[in-house]
Amino acid sequence: MSETATGVVPAAFADVVADEVRLRRFLDGLPGVDPVALEQRATALATRSIKKQSKLTAIDLAISMVDLTTLEGADTAGKVRNLVRKGLQPDPERPDTPRVAAICIYPDLVPVAAGALAGSENTGTKINIASVATAFPSGRAALPVKIADVESAVAAGADEIDMVIDRGAFLAGHYGKVYDEIVAVKQAAGAARLKVILETGELATYDNVRKASWLALLAGGDFIKTSTGKVSPAATLPVTHVMLQAVHDWKRATGEQRAVKPAGGIRTAKDAIRYLVAVREVAGPEWLHPHWFRFGASSVLNDLIMQRRTQLEGHYWGGDYVSLD
Amino acid sequence: MSIAVAKTYKLYVGGSFPRSESGRTYQVADAGGSFLANAVLASRKDARDAVAAARKGFSSWSKATPYNRGQVIYRIAEMLQSRAPEFIELLITSRGVDHAAAVAEVDAAIDRLVHYAGWTDKLAAVFGSANPVSAPYFSYSAPEPTGVVAIIAPTDAPLLGLVSVLAPVITGGNAAVLIAAEADPCIAITFAEVLATSDVPAGVVNILTGSATEIAPHLAAHADVNALDLTGAEAGLATELEGVAAGTVKRVYRPKGRPDFAAAPGTVRLRSFLEIKTVWHPTGSPSLAGGSSY
Repeated sequence: MSETATGVVPAAFADVVADEVRLRRFLDGLPGVDPVALEQRATALATRSIKKQSKLTAIDLAISMVDLTTLEGADTAGKVRNLVRKGLQPDPERPDTPRVAAICIYPDLVPVAAGALAGSENTGTKINIASVATAFPSGRAALPVKIADVESAVAAGADEIDMVIDRGAFLAGHYGKVYDEIVAVKQAAGAARLKVILETGELATYDNVRKASWLALLAGGDFIKTSTGKVSPAATLPVTHVMLQAVHDWKRATGEQRAVKPAGGIRTAKDAIRYLVAVREVAGPEWLHPHWFRFGASSVLNDLIMQRRTQLEGHYWGGDYVSLD
Repeated sequence: MSIAVAKTYKLYVGGSFPRSESGRTYQVADAGGSFLANAVLASRKDARDAVAAARKGFSSWSKATPYNRGQVIYRIAEMLQSRAPEFIELLITSRGVDHAAAVAEVDAAIDRLVHYAGWTDKLAAVFGSANPVSAPYFSYSAPEPTGVVAIIAPTDAPLLGLVSVLAPVITGGNAAVLIAAEADPCIAITFAEVLATSDVPAGVVNILTGSATEIAPHLAAHADVNALDLTGAEAGLATELEGVAAGTVKRVYRPKGRPDFAAAPGTVRLRSFLEIKTVWHPTGSPSLAGGSSY
């Protein structure tokens, strides 16, 4: 399992990124998405019923894939510490519940999370610190400001950087500008894995989602992520399908595996399991691992915990039995 | 000439009328034993959905002002009155009672709703109190709704019994998941049509039809159900449900014997689904010089 994408464009696509004209020709030449078939397939796969032991396995896998997120203006150090505690032990009643994959926060709170997580990697799975950067959520800042944002988050201890692309530039057709920014941010992120937020809710068409996914993959993004969670619609199954197809095709063309992260709008265990089915069917079973697939969410964790207890104890649970966050 | 259309009754969950996720139905017979209608045979997952809907309904209903709750319950009475002929006919067909008895039952049900509509803004005055305490505190107790209440509706008096168990629960600000009498689901779902047109917020009342023996144990074990009304459960089932409900320390109301719904309702049903919250508030001392001892 490779740690981070190298940032070197694979030979197969070296030509594509040589200049903006060829980049545009490549992206605009990508096959169009058939929205009717796409939505039909997403709906059909969502009806698959996962039961008993498979369901329990899926719930545990989903918990271990959660990027437990708080991205509010009102976030405090105390809230981040609470979030870390919840990530380390999602269900105190059942200590065998897996830990989440990462804590996703604003850059200025990274030191708080790092302090709260110190030493925890010795007692179980390491929880990564993911920090949003690059003038999240709008991405409307000059490149040096975005770079400084990323560098400060990495210096504070972030293991993963969630950047937003410049949707304005993308929609205006300035693919080269978007590409160069992702490359620059990737360089600034160094060893930290880079998640590229496409903000699909603002991209208007599935074709654009496909183009933006390929653009992010070409520029060296380790993850392609649907949304910031600040724009509606956030993650949807069909959009995630398009992105999973992109990483699948990328692997077939280059041999490199890249990751996907839907974020926002995933609230129930049922939703989460539907995404896992899509991952298995569209990308492939090798993506069913927290390194290759994540959920950007917060409230889904409580539902996963309740469903896990339901599976183990045979009766339904309620919100009075899980923490408020 | 009109063609008689055999109605297919559905569930009432979250303010809408869904079919069962299981797709099951059962046939309901009229008083003479011949086919009357199809009704939904609700499943465990329908019960789960109903509880989720009730939890949502509870969040708004419990915060509504008592005055507003009274208006809404009074509105149910009005809507029931305007559809009285339909209920009278249904009672005659499905229960085989005579016209006078059916009219009496519908009238009593309307009266019962008006009775409880009057209760909503009096609960705090009657069941709450300002408590005399020997310390510098102002202490008061006030009733609050218990939460989501699962009700097994009585099998006799399908309309009056239904209203008599449902009204006290929602009067206190609770949300209800009600399992209708297995033999008379048509009246319960027709009553749901009354509720749906009475400004009752979605999810405050949810009605399941089918077998209480099948659904009730899941509701009794459900951790998001706060109380259980066993009025319509047979002795064996009621005892089993009491045991299951203990697992999540639910409030359980099990009437002694068979209730007489025609009699004055009393307050025990109201009180069974209210929690008394007591607040101690320090009063402090305005001035030592004023002769205060602290």
